[in-house]
Amino acid sequence: MNMLENVGRETSSFFEYVGGATALLGDSTRFIFTLRIRIKETLDQAYRLGVESTAIVCLTSLFTGFVISLESATQAVQYGAESLIGGGVAFISVRELGPMLSAVVVAGRTGAAIAAEIGSMVVTEQVEALQALGLSPVRMLVVPRLVALMVMMPLLTVFADLVSFLGGMWIANSSAHVPTDTFLTSAKSAVTIIDVLKGLFKALIFAVIIAVIGSYQGLGTRGGAAGVGKSTTGAVVTAIILIFIANFAMSYILFRPAGG
Amino acid sequence: MAELLARIEDVAVRYKQKVVMESLSLDIVEGAITCIIGLSGAGKSTILRLLNGLRKPDAGHVYVKGVDICHIPERQLVDLRRSIGFSFQFSAMFDSLTIFENIALPLREHTKMGEREIADLVKSTLEGVGLANVEQRLPSELSGGMLKRAGFARAVVTNPELVLYDEPTTGLDPIITHLLTDTIKRLREKLNGTAVVVSHDLQSIYMMADYVAMLFEGAIIAYGTVEEIKKSINPIVQQFLQGSEVGPIPI
Repeated sequence: MNMLENVGRETSSFFEYVGGATALLGDSTRFIFTLRIRIKETLDQAYRLGVESTAIVCLTSLFTGFVISLESATQAVQYGAESLIGGGVAFISVRELGPMLSAVVVAGRTGAAIAAEIGSMVVTEQVEALQALGLSPVRMLVVPRLVALMVMMPLLTVFADLVSFLGGMWIANSSAHVPTDTFLTSAKSAVTIIDVLKGLFKALIFAVIIAVIGSYQGLGTRGGAAGVGKSTTGAVVTAIILIFIANFAMSYILFRPAGG
Repeated sequence: MAELLARIEDVAVRYKQKVVMESLSLDIVEGAITCIIGLSGAGKSTILRLLNGLRKPDAGHVYVKGVDICHIPERQLVDLRRSIGFSFQFSAMFDSLTIFENIALPLREHTKMGEREIADLVKSTLEGVGLANVEQRLPSELSGGMLKRAGFARAVVTNPELVLYDEPTTGLDPIITHLLTDTIKRLREKLNGTAVVVSHDLQSIYMMADYVAMLFEGAIIAYGTVEEIKKSINPIVQQFLQGSEVGPIPI
């Protein structure tokens, strides 16, 4: 009986979470479409959440580009297919690793920051103070973060794609002696502008996931410092899981061969 | 007969399984300072949240200016909150904004006032609560008493008809306590409005209250002027006022 009760409770909590997060997204969208966006706050958040994440996104992308190139070069050299390394690196960077790796890094850094900041505001009654002043916490806190991430996440992905590609090109040249021209030609033939745009669309969806989950966890914070910690961890874990699920779903839909 | 600005009628509030209020009723007289006293955790702050719709009761009605705020759309409730100031126990100033930005926020969001006009009003409101030259400071740079006064300033800057103060003098020294009590009285007179104060500080209450309500075990057990409350024959009220360990209040 206890087990059944637990299953029922967990199922109910799951749907409550999904419903709550969806309602928060709906409310935020309403404010965005009615142009009730606080510009100064949004720019401030774009700097804090986006610009300040550039270094860490570039660093992780650089080393990922190194690894992809190194691993594919090792294999390619054995089969005499060095000319395919550029295509491989560009293909995997633009379609998968660029958007997803950036999103995972941003979820860890920014998703945690959003949940912690809003959570702290909840436990210090600042969110209640907003409501008491007749102001919507969604408009004041969630919308600026959501819009900022929706703008910055695709930009960060462009940086990630570029850095990963350039890193891969350097490693291919230095370890497998693949000429730069060959690398570039291979990349051009493997990746189209549509692939790049689809990758950026993924980044946009990841931005929504990170901002909404971080905000929802933050707004649901209860019980002081421990509650803030719990919300922060929950925001990062949930966002990363959803990013992986969404990435698979979008890859399946966006990159499925025609007629496949 | 005194006009009522607000009325809480037969309200029940529960947190999970715990009953916080049961059939609680309370009148808030227009133009008066009503103080709510009671033990810690009795639900005094919940009464303030009921009055501005931050907390919906599980049963009963809350009328503000004749409107039952438990059954109005969120948009109407938001509009109503603009005429109710709320001073929080720990001030709840937005810590990423300066004191000026904190107090200017409701003016920028709810009025069409120009920046110069807002700056003048914020300055004069801060002076009204005895604070000067703190506009550009962050909340973290102010002492507890200064923060409380900045919180008062934010609560009254829009000239609300009703101001709710949650434990305005808790944890402060006697001089600041006296200053803040005096400030609440002056603000009420200046705004010609109504105030509801939740407090444990009996000296402050005796100084400022027009009416006192005592909350005990989820109900108002005594209500009247300061003199009437002092003369109450209710042993619970007397034990509370005397701060005695002996009496019907379980410790």
